[in-house]
Amino acid sequence: MLDFDAGKYAAFVWPAYGLTAIVFVLLIVDTLARARRWRRAAERGESEADGDDTAS
Amino acid sequence: MSGFGVLLRRELALSWGRGGGPLLALAFYAATATLLPLAMGPEPARLAAIAPGSAWLALALASLLSLERLFERDYEDGALDLLALGPAPLELAAFAKCLAQWITAGAPLAVLAPVVAIALGAPPSLAPMIAVTALVGGIGFSFCGGIGAALSLGSRRGGVLIAVIVLPLFAPPVIFGAGAIDAYAAGLDWKTGLMLLSAYSLETLALGPFAMAAACRNALS
Amino acid sequence: MIAALANPRAFMRFSRWAAPTLGAIAAVLAAAGLWLDFTARPDYQQGYTVHIMFIHVPAAWMSLFVYGCLGVASFLGLVFRHALADAAARAAAPLGAGFTLLALATGSLWGRPMWGTWWVWDARLTSVLVLFLFYLGYMALDAAIDDEARASRACAILALVGLINLPIVHYSVVWWNTLHQGSSVFRADGPAMPLSYLAPLLTLTLAYMAAFGALWLVRIRSEVWRRRAAVLALRAAG
Repeated sequence: MLDFDAGKYAAFVWPAYGLTAIVFVLLIVDTLARARRWRRAAERGESEADGDDTAS
Repeated sequence: MSGFGVLLRRELALSWGRGGGPLLALAFYAATATLLPLAMGPEPARLAAIAPGSAWLALALASLLSLERLFERDYEDGALDLLALGPAPLELAAFAKCLAQWITAGAPLAVLAPVVAIALGAPPSLAPMIAVTALVGGIGFSFCGGIGAALSLGSRRGGVLIAVIVLPLFAPPVIFGAGAIDAYAAGLDWKTGLMLLSAYSLETLALGPFAMAAACRNALS
Repeated sequence: MIAALANPRAFMRFSRWAAPTLGAIAAVLAAAGLWLDFTARPDYQQGYTVHIMFIHVPAAWMSLFVYGCLGVASFLGLVFRHALADAAARAAAPLGAGFTLLALATGSLWGRPMWGTWWVWDARLTSVLVLFLFYLGYMALDAAIDDEARASRACAILALVGLINLPIVHYSVVWWNTLHQGSSVFRADGPAMPLSYLAPLLTLTLAYMAAFGALWLVRIRSEVWRRRAAVLALRAAG
């Protein structure tokens, strides 16, 4: 059903798919890591601010 | 228009007095042109084929040289603030700066360009065409370069940053100019290429100052 | 809808469900697209390399689409001085650069077996290359300016200048190629495409667009959090 026999073109086709996969993975990982980092920073800032408010 | 005259005279004095006028750009141009045969190998036929194109390219690079200081000096000593607030629009000041840069650096480079091309092996018959395209294209390089210089104001890594920003903008004049020279050499229609180059240069001349002024105001804010 | 999204809170509420949804849609479409891709019979003309076309064309399309999004966001940010639009523009750039890189690389890998050359200076490829340079310049400018508001405005100006420049570059190479009539035309679409090719192509294109949507929304969310964190830190310090 699924045709994976690339024959002589294997050296071109699979690197193309491999590179695409790598770039997507990098973009996804970077995006999610960034989101996690700044979300934590914002929440930390908020809890500190709340802490200050209740303290004062 | 006397306001513009004052601005232009000031810019001419600044850019001419700065580091020996066009000498730096000319020296850089000659130096890059010298490196080319060293890189490509001295075989005359091969050099001759790429001579006009490489002369043109080296010209584009040499135009980048004095860009960093185009706005920066005024930015640092507060003159840019005065220009922004003054009676003349900032766009006019930007226009004057780029025009002065073209007069003091671009035009001398355009004079040197055919010499460089011939030294690299181009046929001397191409000389007038190379000079004209360099002169017209130089306007595009100055004004596009000005956009890059204005955008990089107040940032780190000015010089390299300007080059990276400006290179996509240099692509059309490089293509049109080199194409026109090629067409002239091959006896084909070179007028279209020259017209396209002129159109591009005129466009940068007309629109560039607006982008530059916006960028300057941004940097001053 | 755009006006409703303009409010950061509204945007965060919207993106909270929209981003994962788009991500899920992207995953499903990618799976379906890849299945359609590898069940399509290669024709005698293109051979197996047609499978590269299925991931090259979406990448090339996305590089331009993201560029358009970046341009619109820059324009809105510049004209309305809207921080969220600014953030959206700057968030789109790395994604656009990624797609452009893929377009160039897969195009090269497709061109070598198909047309015998890794690269050809035709209008389409050269424009994509210049577009890649633009993305790099844009990201460099963004990184070089410390003040966020100033960086946004400078990048927005650059984006608008670049937006005008790209069609000119494209046309300049078209013109240049008419001079050198010998150069082969690098046709990414080729002759009329059979349905068995159109299906995976469209599916994968939609998958790429959904993926971009999801990633873009998440990146903008990161920006919102980053600003919030910065403001809170300032308040705590002061």
